[in-house]
Amino acid sequence: MEYLERLTHMGLATLRDVVPIALVIFVFQLAVLRRPIPNLGRVLLGFAYVLVGLTLFLLGLEEALFPLGRAMAQQLTDPVFIGTLAGDGAPRWQDYYWVYLFAAAIGFSTTIAEPSLIAVALKASEVSGGAISVWGLRVAVGVGVAVGIALGTFRIVTGTPLHAYIIAGYVVVVIQTLFAPRMIVPLAYDSGGVTTSTVTVPLVTALGLGLASTVPGRSPLLDGFGLIAFASLFPMMTVMGYAQLSAWRARRNAR
Amino acid sequence: MPRGLEAFARALLGSARDLLPIAVVVVFFQWVVLGQPIPHWERILAGSVLVVLGLTFFIQGLEMGLFPLGESMAYAFAQKGSLAWLLAFAFALGFGTTVAEPALIAVAGEAALVAAHGGVIPDTEAARAEYALGLRLTVALSVGAAIVVGVLRIVKGWSLPALIVGGYLLVVAMTAVAPPEIIGIAYDSGGVTTSTITVPLVTALGVGLASSIQGRNPVTDGFGLIALASLTPMIFVMAYGMFF
Repeated sequence: MEYLERLTHMGLATLRDVVPIALVIFVFQLAVLRRPIPNLGRVLLGFAYVLVGLTLFLLGLEEALFPLGRAMAQQLTDPVFIGTLAGDGAPRWQDYYWVYLFAAAIGFSTTIAEPSLIAVALKASEVSGGAISVWGLRVAVGVGVAVGIALGTFRIVTGTPLHAYIIAGYVVVVIQTLFAPRMIVPLAYDSGGVTTSTVTVPLVTALGLGLASTVPGRSPLLDGFGLIAFASLFPMMTVMGYAQLSAWRARRNAR
Repeated sequence: MPRGLEAFARALLGSARDLLPIAVVVVFFQWVVLGQPIPHWERILAGSVLVVLGLTFFIQGLEMGLFPLGESMAYAFAQKGSLAWLLAFAFALGFGTTVAEPALIAVAGEAALVAAHGGVIPDTEAARAEYALGLRLTVALSVGAAIVVGVLRIVKGWSLPALIVGGYLLVVAMTAVAPPEIIGIAYDSGGVTTSTITVPLVTALGVGLASSIQGRNPVTDGFGLIALASLTPMIFVMAYGMFF
């Protein structure tokens, strides 16, 4: 019974997400474009599938992944596990290696399962005639998120300023933009924004807040934020890097 | 019908494969690193089945509903030839989908707490609610503006790197003068604005527009809307932190 209650709750939450979009589309289609939607029945069925799918997906995550992921983030950042309680209290950044590894692993694996990234990858592969492969893009973005979140946890542990990393990252992105194949640049920029929605954010936020509240001298309010920014920045670099690597290999083979 | 069933089974397998890495990571860290059994494993198994089913339905619905709809609307607007209506639609789509976004509501609430904590606003329920609402409207406005600029870019053929790099320079410059409490939130708000339903729709809109306008290439011109939608919130939120 409790299950059913949560199912309805999640369904309503998803519906609330969809209603503004449906409303905008409906109003413009009827009042401005004044033409019927082609294959209306199929489109409506598709919308229903998206609703049902997202509801089940989020409910499943709430049931399975999030409690366990949050508990693990807490345990991994616990001073007892890190082993800093025995020493003089000042933890060294090297002691947190399992945290960095967990951050990278969870960043990569949740990105691979991110529905919005799957959507963009499908579209990119379709319009590029297969030149940009669905899995190539997803893995490149996944690696970017992994590196980004691992570096983000390192930043929280060391307490170095967020904006220094982000600004340095932007500089790298700008330089890469000049040299990367032109075709990939808009897609690379977009993959920064799509990485962080349903799956990644809750787990990564739990990790950031857990870390910021257990590392001495960090405040969850000031240092807990910022991981998402890392997760959106690094995929731009890895996607452009992946394209640069493919272009370089193609040139070398052509010789 | 058996063919439909087979396709469904294949889609299910695909979703299961998408989720396998998460299972591997969780099991490895729980067993090997933390040395603990998986708690409530039957509940977790049931949840995983739901996740696999959900992802399968979502992707199916994407191909049937969101993608064709976004594209057919892009074509219809291109045929109608009215830029003003297209931009109005772009703004409504960006604003409407962001203002109700649950992730944004959560971030705005936390940001209000930070502001009250830092003494920027009085630490009362009403002041925090007002601050959070202001922040939400700010972000929604910024996403609306981003989609408008992005659609204009596709129509006019402006360079995306110039827009993005210019925007980042603005972010860097504002970081130097914005109050430190708002910076982390501003950077994060760029990432949380684009929901799982908005992304496919906006992507289909961009690609559809780029392929229906002569001289535009769907690959180089169709993407970029999401990038702009993740950039402008940073600028708008820092501005909000500076002026309120």
